[in-house]
Amino acid sequence: MTDASLPAAAPKSLLVADGRTRRRKAAETRFRLYGVAAIAIGLLALVFLLTSVLGNGVNAFRQTFVEIPVTLDEAVLDKTGTRDPKAMAKVTTVSYGKLIQQALEAELATRGIDTSALTEKQVMSLMSKEAPADLRRQVLADPLLIGQTITFDAFATSRVDGYFKGRVTMESASRDSNITPEQLVVAEAMAGAGLIETRWNWRFLTAPDASELRPEAAGLGVAILGSAYMMLIVLVLSLPIGVATSIYLEEMAPKNRWTDLIEVNIANLAAVPSIVYGILALALFINFMGLPQSAPIVGGLVLTLMTLPTIIIATRAALQAVPPSIRDAALGVGASKMQSIFHHVLPLAMPGILTGTILGLARALGESAPLLLIGMVAFVKDFPSAPPEGLMQPATALPVQVYQWTQRSDPAFVERASGAIIVLLTFLLTMNAVAIILRRRFERRW
Amino acid sequence: MNVMQIAERATATATAKMTARGVQVHYGENHALKDVDVDILAGTVTAFIGPSGCGKSTFLRCLNRMNDTVASARVTGEIRLDGEDIYDRRVDPVTLRARVGMVFQKPNPFPKSIYENVAYGPRIHGLTRNRAELDQVVETSLRKAALWNEVKDRLQAPGTGLSGGQQQRLCIARAIATAPEVLLMDEPCSALDPIATAQVEELIDELHTQFSVVIVTHSMQQAARVSQRTAFFHLGHLVEYGETGQIFTNPRDPRTESYITGRIG
Ligand SMILES: Nc1ncnc2c1ncn2[C@@H]1O[C@H](COP(=O)(O)OP(=O)(O)OP(=O)(O)O)[C@@H](O)[C@H]1O
Ligand SMILES: [Mg+2]
Repeated sequence: MTDASLPAAAPKSLLVADGRTRRRKAAETRFRLYGVAAIAIGLLALVFLLTSVLGNGVNAFRQTFVEIPVTLDEAVLDKTGTRDPKAMAKVTTVSYGKLIQQALEAELATRGIDTSALTEKQVMSLMSKEAPADLRRQVLADPLLIGQTITFDAFATSRVDGYFKGRVTMESASRDSNITPEQLVVAEAMAGAGLIETRWNWRFLTAPDASELRPEAAGLGVAILGSAYMMLIVLVLSLPIGVATSIYLEEMAPKNRWTDLIEVNIANLAAVPSIVYGILALALFINFMGLPQSAPIVGGLVLTLMTLPTIIIATRAALQAVPPSIRDAALGVGASKMQSIFHHVLPLAMPGILTGTILGLARALGESAPLLLIGMVAFVKDFPSAPPEGLMQPATALPVQVYQWTQRSDPAFVERASGAIIVLLTFLLTMNAVAIILRRRFERRW
Repeated sequence: MNVMQIAERATATATAKMTARGVQVHYGENHALKDVDVDILAGTVTAFIGPSGCGKSTFLRCLNRMNDTVASARVTGEIRLDGEDIYDRRVDPVTLRARVGMVFQKPNPFPKSIYENVAYGPRIHGLTRNRAELDQVVETSLRKAALWNEVKDRLQAPGTGLSGGQQQRLCIARAIATAPEVLLMDEPCSALDPIATAQVEELIDELHTQFSVVIVTHSMQQAARVSQRTAFFHLGHLVEYGETGQIFTNPRDPRTESYITGRIG
């Protein structure tokens, strides 16, 4: 080859960009723009999601209450006068309802609020249908209240609540069979007199679900407890099983076709749609083993199955990331394989293992499909008791509660579903934050 | 086999700490070590030299069965420690490694405190009865490794925070804390500066009165300085083994001569 075959080197200046440089720069700029555009679209979607969820959901944490003094008449509530809870339990919510109605009418009269445009029933339906049951619960819990006059805090009915939150207007009320504009006028007057107030409502987080007709009384208590029970089961089962499996596969098992096969299958299991796990759980735990439907134990087991592959994969990655020189060092001073794993490798892999576990748990917490299949969609109004019996009793879970509420027709439930999403997201973000903190905190160089 | 070598070995067996006979190592298809016979003498520093990939590390790792951790490695032949076959089925490699310690090429302290690094071996082998004894062992080991003065005020600081040379001396302290009978060192100075190297060499010189030391090195000068006996490996064969002085001044094999004069490597 001679010099002639090489392209002649033209005299060049560093200060003037040639064609190639310009094209390279243009390509670079275009690529940057694509990236920025992609991120912008993502952020926009996120902002939209958050504003719509927050905008709807924040109101679920506030609730309108009707506050009136109620005299707990002994003649009605405890005819025997013995304060014996058994005898008192015979008094039904109907009697309590009458008591409340009398108190409400009396209070409206003393405050000079004109209710002539309303029937008695319409006055009463400013309050939640849950009110008599609430009062009864309160009295049965503390029989000494009988004979006293207490300030009773009742939920306002969801339409009145909606009116004070801006969801219901006079105009929509005129078309609504559940409320009339006249009722809203009275409610407005009661608010002026301080009998109606909208404020923070803890019972959204602590109360159980309520029926279709009483959205104002519906809460997340059972769902949160059910989710907590399931997370407990998932953690207790999947962390030890997952870590033990990974240690065996990574550190002890011979590397051959069988372990390769197992490895491939674990990776595949991690990708199996969660509803398939639901079908498996239905067949195995409920039909074959006869465990009760809607119980946290079954939910916990199916979520464990679902989370295990994630934890195993994360743990194996964490174990692989521990440099082999550490293992050599331990073996070199005469540590056994077990000692080298448990004294050195595992502690170093721990942040990675915990991060993987938390992310797995977070995924399990947000999972609804498999729970639907094992019957966790039931309407559950009673809290499950403390573990272990509680694990066998019906409960719901947060994501399923969201699903259930969005299915109901009353718009007040949409608000509550958004509120439940906020609670769920808060849990998820907290868990992810803990995972990040753990990773940062224990990050080690070697 | 060379007649002179055999004669020499006959005189040596009297004080041989470890004896290797016909050792072969295969990594899968790769025949890495071919028919190696070596005696490691008690209270002696033995240097292994030879070009890269000739099997020095492989042989060293046979001596404390670290090759057991390599799935593809297959070791045949016979290696004895104090006359007992270390590849016997009844031998627990963990007990063996407590008696035949090892220092690796790359410093590999545990990511724990300096104290914990040294105390770990004695602790898992139950060599001390109480904290005071353990403290004592840690101090003596660090002193022997010429590290005590530099770290005595920060024993609880992480071992990984030390400089490379200090880390390597920490690894040496860790290895001698379990009171091994033989200390294997695979290129212990390759990550060290000349001053730290000199310190480690001095240390080896002191140590060999108590242990047998086997050191792999790429530095002819180092082999000549610290060792009493030298083995030259080439392409998986043990080419020549004898007094260090004789190997360096009067090698019997032309390959040895070429290597130490820098013609193969
Ligand atoms: N873990 C292993 N798996 C497979 N082959 C290996 C392994 N370790 C070493 N070998 C092979 O064995 C032969 C000898 O390697 P060895 O590490 O003993 O050489 P060495 O003399 O220590 O070289 P160096 O001076 O570069 O450290 C080489 O061919 C190497 O490729
Ligand atoms: Mg080597």
